[in-house]
This record gives sequence, structure tokens and C-alpha cells, in this order.
Amino acid sequence: MSPYLTVGGVVLAGALLFVAAMAVRLVLAPRAPTAAKLSTYECGVDPVGEGWAQTNVRYFLYAFLYVVFAVDAVYLFPWATVIRSTDLGVASLAEMGIFIAVLLVGLAHAARRGLLRWV
Amino acid sequence: MRVELPMPRVGPVNDDAPRPIKVVLNWGRRYSLWVFNFGLACCAIEFIAASMARHDFIRLGVIPFAPGPRQADLMVVSGTVSDKMAPAIRRLYDQMPEPKYVISFGSCANSGGPYWDSYCVTKGVDQLIPVDVYVPGCPPRPEALLQGIIRLQEKIASETLSTKSIRAKYAGSRRAAAGEVTRPLLVKPEVTGRETGGELS
Repeated sequence: MSPYLTVGGVVLAGALLFVAAMAVRLVLAPRAPTAAKLSTYECGVDPVGEGWAQTNVRYFLYAFLYVVFAVDAVYLFPWATVIRSTDLGVASLAEMGIFIAVLLVGLAHAARRGLLRWV
Repeated sequence: MRVELPMPRVGPVNDDAPRPIKVVLNWGRRYSLWVFNFGLACCAIEFIAASMARHDFIRLGVIPFAPGPRQADLMVVSGTVSDKMAPAIRRLYDQMPEPKYVISFGSCANSGGPYWDSYCVTKGVDQLIPVDVYVPGCPPRPEALLQGIIRLQEKIASETLSTKSIRAKYAGSRRAAAGEVTRPLLVKPEVTGRETGGELS
């Protein structure tokens, strides 16, 4: 038997299960829509405004610093596990140097704009 | 904006479904009660204790991880309901899907409890939403909640959902909004001369 036949069978069984569950729900489940039920869930109070909201543009600086520090750490930890290996070590050291240098430019920019001062 | 809503009903096959199917449905509803904890006061601590390892109501099929009212089957109102909180309770109950059940947990939620003569405490959550099981106590022990849950499960096991019963439940209150359970001001706030500015007086 072709392995694709098995995959096809699994996909078919999954689709059938989904259709069966939805059909049973359609013919058996109770339904009682009200205006309050259909309104947006806002922890029990009336929704205000629309789904789209504006964020003040000056918060981009926090996103900026987040990228500098958090994304930095995300890439540094996996790098630490391969730095000793013979085939990746030197190349990854150079690559991470470039990566961190780019981030340092961002950090220097943030410092120049006065973002790192306390209050 | 006016929205035309269909009348409440059960699924087209439900009323004529053979008895085993109804038994299976009730069995499923009974043992997977996703609970929505409306913790308002100290009774909520007892509710949390009932959900933890020692009392552990998950063994009864009560799952305390409903992310919101739309995923919940059971609302446990545990604590003092104030008139200010009342519209929110009503709105969240309205947003739960059918079939839905309510346990009133503790004296305050049952009747106002020790705050029966307060100016701002709702005298029982059953003034806002239909309650299935009342658990007495101030606060009740977690065992009392377990007993209440078992009582509710007995009730679910013996109930028969029908279009007629579900319409009876919604009769007269389908268009009620949360604002309708907000009490109007008893006394108009006094306006002092400085704040009037000509238009309020």
C-alpha cells in the first residue's frame, strides 16, 4: 500500500470527524442569541469604540529597546551551545559579532536620544 | 441599530431525538462543566480551595479554566454582589452559551447575607439571573460546594431541554440588557453654584 494512501486516509478520517461533530451540533445544540450575547466580550461592561485603536507613536522606542535586548538574548542562548564546536565555532563567532554590532548601533542611537537616562 | 434575532430553540432534531441520545447529551453536560468563577469576596477563596488539590472538584468534571463566559457552562457567584457589579454579572451571564447553569455560593450571593440592610448590596444574585443551586454558609466550606455541584449534576441528569422550555426561560427577558438591572439614582446629586456654569441648574 502506498504511504500516501495512509496519509489520505488519516486526512479523510479527520475531515469526517470534523463534519460529523459540526453536523451533530447543528441538529442538537440549543441556541438562544440575544443582543447582549452577541455584543463584544469586554469583561462585562459595554464595549467602547471599535476594534481598531491607535497607539501613540512614541512607544516605538520601547519596542526598539525590546528588540535590542530580548531578541539579542534569544539568539545568544542557542549560540552558546555551539560555540565550542569545531565546524561552527569560528564562523558563528564572526556572525554573532556582526549581529551584536548592529544591535549596538541601535543601542548607541537609543542612548544618544536620551532613552537610557533614569527619569 | 436593530438586529433581527431568531427565536431561541434547540436543534431541529433534539425534540424528536431518541432517549439514549438525550441521556448521552446530559451525561456529557453533567461531567464537563467548565466553570466561570465570579469571585467577589471571601467566598471566592473557598471556591479556589475547592478547586485545589485537597478538595479537587476537577474529579467531579468541573473544569475551572474557562477563559471567558463564551466558553463556560457554569457560573459560580461566590461573594457579595453589589448594585454596581450587578450589570456586569448580568452581561456575563447573558454571554454564556446555552445550556448554562448558576450556583450561588454563600450567604451574600444567596440573599445579601450579613449585608441584608446595606444601601448598595444586591439582596441575592437571583434578582439578576436564574440560580440553579444555592449553597448556604458564611462562607461555606469547600465540601459544601462539592455537595452543590453534585446536586447540580443530578439536576442536569434529569432535565430535558426542549424548544418550549428554552423559550419559557427567555420569555419577557430576551431584550433585557445589562443597563436594565442598573438602579437609577435614589437622590439627584446636588450641584453647587460654582460648578453650574449656566446649563446644569
